[in-house]
Amino acid sequence: MVNLKINGREVSVDADPDTPLLWAIRDEVGLTGTKFGCGIGMCGACTVHVGGRATRSCITALGDIEGAEITTIEGLDANDSHPVQEAWRSLRVPQCGYCQSGQIMQAAALLTDIPDPSDDDIDAVMTGNLCRCMTYPRIRQAVRKAASANRGQTQNG
Amino acid sequence: MIKKICLGILAIAAIGAVGFGVYAYKPAMQPVTAADHANFPPEQVEKGRVLAGAGYCATCHTAKGGEPYAGNYAMETGFGTIYATNLTPDMETGIGSYSQAAFRRAMHEGVGRDGRHLFPAFPYDHFTKMSDEDIDAIYAYIMTEVEPVRTVQKENELPFPLNLRILQAGWKMLFVDFGEYEADPEKSDEWNRGAYLAEGITHCGACHTPRNILGAEKSSEEYAGAEIDRWQAPALTAANASAVPWNAAEFREYLVKGSSTYHGIAAGPMGPVVHAGVRELPDSDLTAISVYLADKVGGDDLDPADSDVVRASLERNAPDRRYRQVEGERLYTTACAACHYNAKQILEGRPDLGINSSVNQDDPSNLIQVILYGVNSHQGTEGVVMPGFAQALTDDQIASVAAYLRADRAEKAPWENLREDVTQLRARGPGSH
Repeated sequence: MVNLKINGREVSVDADPDTPLLWAIRDEVGLTGTKFGCGIGMCGACTVHVGGRATRSCITALGDIEGAEITTIEGLDANDSHPVQEAWRSLRVPQCGYCQSGQIMQAAALLTDIPDPSDDDIDAVMTGNLCRCMTYPRIRQAVRKAASANRGQTQNG
Repeated sequence: MIKKICLGILAIAAIGAVGFGVYAYKPAMQPVTAADHANFPPEQVEKGRVLAGAGYCATCHTAKGGEPYAGNYAMETGFGTIYATNLTPDMETGIGSYSQAAFRRAMHEGVGRDGRHLFPAFPYDHFTKMSDEDIDAIYAYIMTEVEPVRTVQKENELPFPLNLRILQAGWKMLFVDFGEYEADPEKSDEWNRGAYLAEGITHCGACHTPRNILGAEKSSEEYAGAEIDRWQAPALTAANASAVPWNAAEFREYLVKGSSTYHGIAAGPMGPVVHAGVRELPDSDLTAISVYLADKVGGDDLDPADSDVVRASLERNAPDRRYRQVEGERLYTTACAACHYNAKQILEGRPDLGINSSVNQDDPSNLIQVILYGVNSHQGTEGVVMPGFAQALTDDQIASVAAYLRADRAEKAPWENLREDVTQLRARGPGSH
């Protein structure tokens, strides 16, 4: 039995410690916003936050995250209006959408650490999140937009 | 004449043997019963809990998946496997029958209650430096708080004659400097407090000081760095390979959080050292240990953020246009850079691998171990994890990421046999840390 906190909720998962976190999130807890892509931590579709840090859930074993706090796309913001989600909507970033929850979780973590990223910074951090529809230019634009929205809030707040 | 010489030599040998016998003989001490375990004051028990944590006693006295302190943890020494004993207060199979005096003797002299010499896998050569008061506190904690567990002790796998207890007395005579810690009047009180803890209860030297052919720490090479369980315990001297010199502030951050922004994290055998207890020592003790270690390393008090080596490493973080041509860098960009990328400053929680200790050491084991098996929520920064890539990357791919970090980010001489090292560490499995 592994105890976790997912989106603020205490969850106990009865599974082998080698089970990937992604399995628990989708199959045990039933949160299907997080996607399975490559299964080897190379595409970023399964990105969630563990302890506030963007983490590939498909290669993260349950046994390694006892007691950790996990946030999935469903828990990023109570009203689905995190600045990154707002920017994504207003620029209509997704095409097929499959990779996008991973992209959004990665972008949100990026802006926590580097609030005003240059294009080089965005490329360096986001390269591990693949998009078969090649929405990269809009992703980059949306990250910049969310960054300036955050700055606006800080200045006005 | 020749006969006389021979007799003389025999006589001296006989006297020597008797003398050694007297030295080696340790009497059994009277067993006590559960009723003899006095009601210890709660403050003493609490102090003992903290100290037992700082000595991470449970780490070596708990088998994988076993009850705390119930022993049978397999310790691989260079001489054979030794199974840790049961430290719970069980009367027959634990140390419940130890009086306080017998426990003190075990800690100070490495002798069991029954008079047997203990093997130095138990670091009594360090605990001998501890005060009676501190040892009594640990005794109070074990007798009060630890659940008694009945166990079947596994037999040590030591070849003859190393399994002879009597020989341990000779080892002690040769290598152990018995006696409580004596303060160095040249140094500050804080330094001496740090030395008392680091050389005693936390027994840093047990892993960080190389051992001689008979398994004793080489006193002439204190803290020179050594191998432990196929990890490198780095040097805690001026020979430390870190790009940014360690200082007291960095040691403190490391001991409190399990990670240091400018060096790396407490993983492998060091993970439990921090998380099973050293960090629970009072603030003033953690500062004292840091002051002592900083003095041993010879570090300065400058803020690493302003150092040339940090600035240079940040510059080398910048994406390079030719990066897609190099497999290691390409894999790094895909699999690692989401977290291990820094722009204008090195941020806590985004370990910068160009200056990370594991990349700058002469041995790649620590870097490979972390890439293969990751960092769980109880290692490094609590609650944060790095997934292992053992199932995701091949040996060649891991070797190429390591080679890239070593050459392009740390700018150090290449590691030889990287690929073989990865294969070996993968075959060995993740270990129990």
